[in-house]
Amino acid sequence: MGGTRWYRILALLCLLGGGLLGGSPLVMAQHATGSDVFSGEQAFQNSCANCHGKTGNQIANVDLGHGVFRKPYSDADLTDIVMKGIPGTPMPATPSMSREQAVQIVAYLRSRALVKDAGAGGDAARGKALFAGKGQCLTCHRVNGEGSRLGPDLSKIGLLRNSAQLAVSLLDPGSEVQPTNRTYRITTKGGQRVTGRLLNHDAYSVQLLDEQEQLRSFMRADLRDEGFAPSPMPSVRGALSDQEVADLVQYLTSLRGVSPP
Amino acid sequence: MNARLLPLCALLLAAMPAMAQVTAEQLLAPGSQPDNWLSYSHDYSNQRHSPLTQINTRNVDKLKLQWVWQAHSLEKFEATPLVVNGVLYTVQAPNDVVALDAVTGRIFWTYSHQPSPARTCCGRVNRGLAIVGDTLFMGTVDAHLLAIDAKSGTLLWNAVVADAAAQYSITMPPLVVKDKVYIGTAGGDLGVRGFIAAYDVKTGRQVWKFYTIPAPGEPGNDTWTGDSWQKGGAAVWNNGAYDASANLVYFGTGNPAPDWDGRTRLGDNLYSDSVVALDADTGKLKWHYQFTPHDELDYDSTQVPVLADIPWQGKPRKVMLWANRNGLMYVLDRLTGEFLLGKPYVEVNWMDGFDAKGRPHRAPGIVPTPQGTLVRPHVHGAINWAPPAYSPRTGLFYVAHWEHSGIMAIEGQFPQSVGINARQTTMGDVTLEPFLNNDDEARGVIRAYDPATLKPKWEYKLGNITWGGVLSTAGDVVFSGGKDGYFVALDAKGGKLLWKAALGGQVNAGAMTYAVNGKQYVAIAAGAALFTFALP
Repeated sequence: MGGTRWYRILALLCLLGGGLLGGSPLVMAQHATGSDVFSGEQAFQNSCANCHGKTGNQIANVDLGHGVFRKPYSDADLTDIVMKGIPGTPMPATPSMSREQAVQIVAYLRSRALVKDAGAGGDAARGKALFAGKGQCLTCHRVNGEGSRLGPDLSKIGLLRNSAQLAVSLLDPGSEVQPTNRTYRITTKGGQRVTGRLLNHDAYSVQLLDEQEQLRSFMRADLRDEGFAPSPMPSVRGALSDQEVADLVQYLTSLRGVSPP
Repeated sequence: MNARLLPLCALLLAAMPAMAQVTAEQLLAPGSQPDNWLSYSHDYSNQRHSPLTQINTRNVDKLKLQWVWQAHSLEKFEATPLVVNGVLYTVQAPNDVVALDAVTGRIFWTYSHQPSPARTCCGRVNRGLAIVGDTLFMGTVDAHLLAIDAKSGTLLWNAVVADAAAQYSITMPPLVVKDKVYIGTAGGDLGVRGFIAAYDVKTGRQVWKFYTIPAPGEPGNDTWTGDSWQKGGAAVWNNGAYDASANLVYFGTGNPAPDWDGRTRLGDNLYSDSVVALDADTGKLKWHYQFTPHDELDYDSTQVPVLADIPWQGKPRKVMLWANRNGLMYVLDRLTGEFLLGKPYVEVNWMDGFDAKGRPHRAPGIVPTPQGTLVRPHVHGAINWAPPAYSPRTGLFYVAHWEHSGIMAIEGQFPQSVGINARQTTMGDVTLEPFLNNDDEARGVIRAYDPATLKPKWEYKLGNITWGGVLSTAGDVVFSGGKDGYFVALDAKGGKLLWKAALGGQVNAGAMTYAVNGKQYVAIAAGAALFTFALP
């Protein structure tokens, strides 16, 4: 895999309003976020999978799950097709679908095109070794009871995220943080500073899992200041090679949760 | 090391992993953890006695509500919480584990298990959790055993204990000793074959399994006729105890099935309605004592065994105290199973004495008949599963139970629309008519017994029957509650009412107490909520 390819993919994913990249099967829809991709997947499964199949390859010469269309389409073309169908073919219009939903479906399809590439050439065994070793991922993350609880538990991340999304999280970890994984920092009136993962809060109190992995609760009346802090996860850009990133992605996509003993 | 990863190293230093919350050694020495409540009935002895003294007989009348946590469940709230270092863990029925700040009641995390549509005899309930290290354990109504990370609420492993489709379910709190977690199942009313199984706490792999009904060729199988042993019940659905000096775990077993019809299962039906003492490492049976041989009255012996060291005829003795559903109270030697003393503690008509070895003598004719037979105590028993308490300070055994309860058992009218839960299909060809027909029938009572004689020392009458357990504290206060929704505090020495709170919902659990930052709290589930009290 080329040395600059990851950065190019990431740049493409993060570009806003470029408008220059539509039509490439390796490009995610413009403005797409992980949330768009997730919503798009749900809409695809509800509205499209009945004919195209769950993975999008049920119709001859079309493999939506890997960005294979009958001809190159821009995002706008695909959005129109999703909404208006293709006259003279079995592809129907979907008048009940909003443009926003159609755009999300396109974002999902574009992300699927990346799936193959994000982990392509990666080796899950090497990725596992990297995860526990050079990558130091266990410093913050936990898999099947091993590692730290500070970051998200990744034991079943392979069920929750595709390889493209995982690549984005590795290369640009601050681009999207789930609400349950946000870092929060408080300072008590006594000067004690505590940082941790925000678990819960209400008008009077805040609950965290702190850096010592202790469940902590604070009354807001006892705090001098408080607020969200940046994600502590560093980017692997420059720290790991493209091959190593692919290995890590391959490993992460293999994590499918707890197996019966 | 790659310089780009240095920030990770800094993070590592800032985030040294915390020590395990609860060690196996701490579970063996609960006195080292006075502020915590580490197992269902506080510790392995099940004395349900806390050493905390801040709340005591002199100030308990000043208790004030601190917080209420409302469960999103209309099932009975039967769980006793655990508290570890200021975090309270409980179960929202059927199987949601919730971690709360023990000071404010605010939620840290919730783990939700969605059980399959398992069939239970008596509600999709759960009585609580066990913990060792940083791992919580919960049995589920679809007969799984789950290990859950206590810090984050993530699932660590999920072991299938039994087939829910075959009527197995789990409602009991697991018991953890050293590196094993012990669990049994409910389903005795539905014709399962009961067992206790031990699992490795780290991996969830089964280490041993002890069937509470022996298979052909094993001692005791000859106490069942035909193939009745295969679906004979004897389920284990309540908390066990552990004696470290003998390395024995103790569990009570449930009724034989069919519950009210013994004609197809002639014999004593071992080990139904018994206490079994098992080697904690191997599951090998060390001894057993059967409370109700050939039970035809549904007298499960799944009450919580209470272990105490008491003077017995001038010498110290390791005993087991047992207030049984069958209306009899027992003192057993817990090392040998020897029957030391037994006597009725409520009105009993199904037996009229013991032989020298403690086998009850059945009163003739107390079985269902076409004309109907009055049976005492009631099908729900003198006590059902609610946990009692023992105070080493007062030397008294505290039990909340039903008084003067009875029921009419009628053969040949099942199923009928009255009297019996129609789902209990293995009850047999019997109808049970409630027999609570005058003002003095079937009330609840909290009573203190002298374990040396089993004579009552004091009693406090409740306004209704009770499914609540008892808590004893070193402040010499006894807490309990009942169906009428009152939570009461009594003087442990004399039974005088010291304080009460109307909680607006039935008390179906045992109270517990803990301390955080030097402040003692008392918690009790009532209705669908958990209430917590402390001094102002």
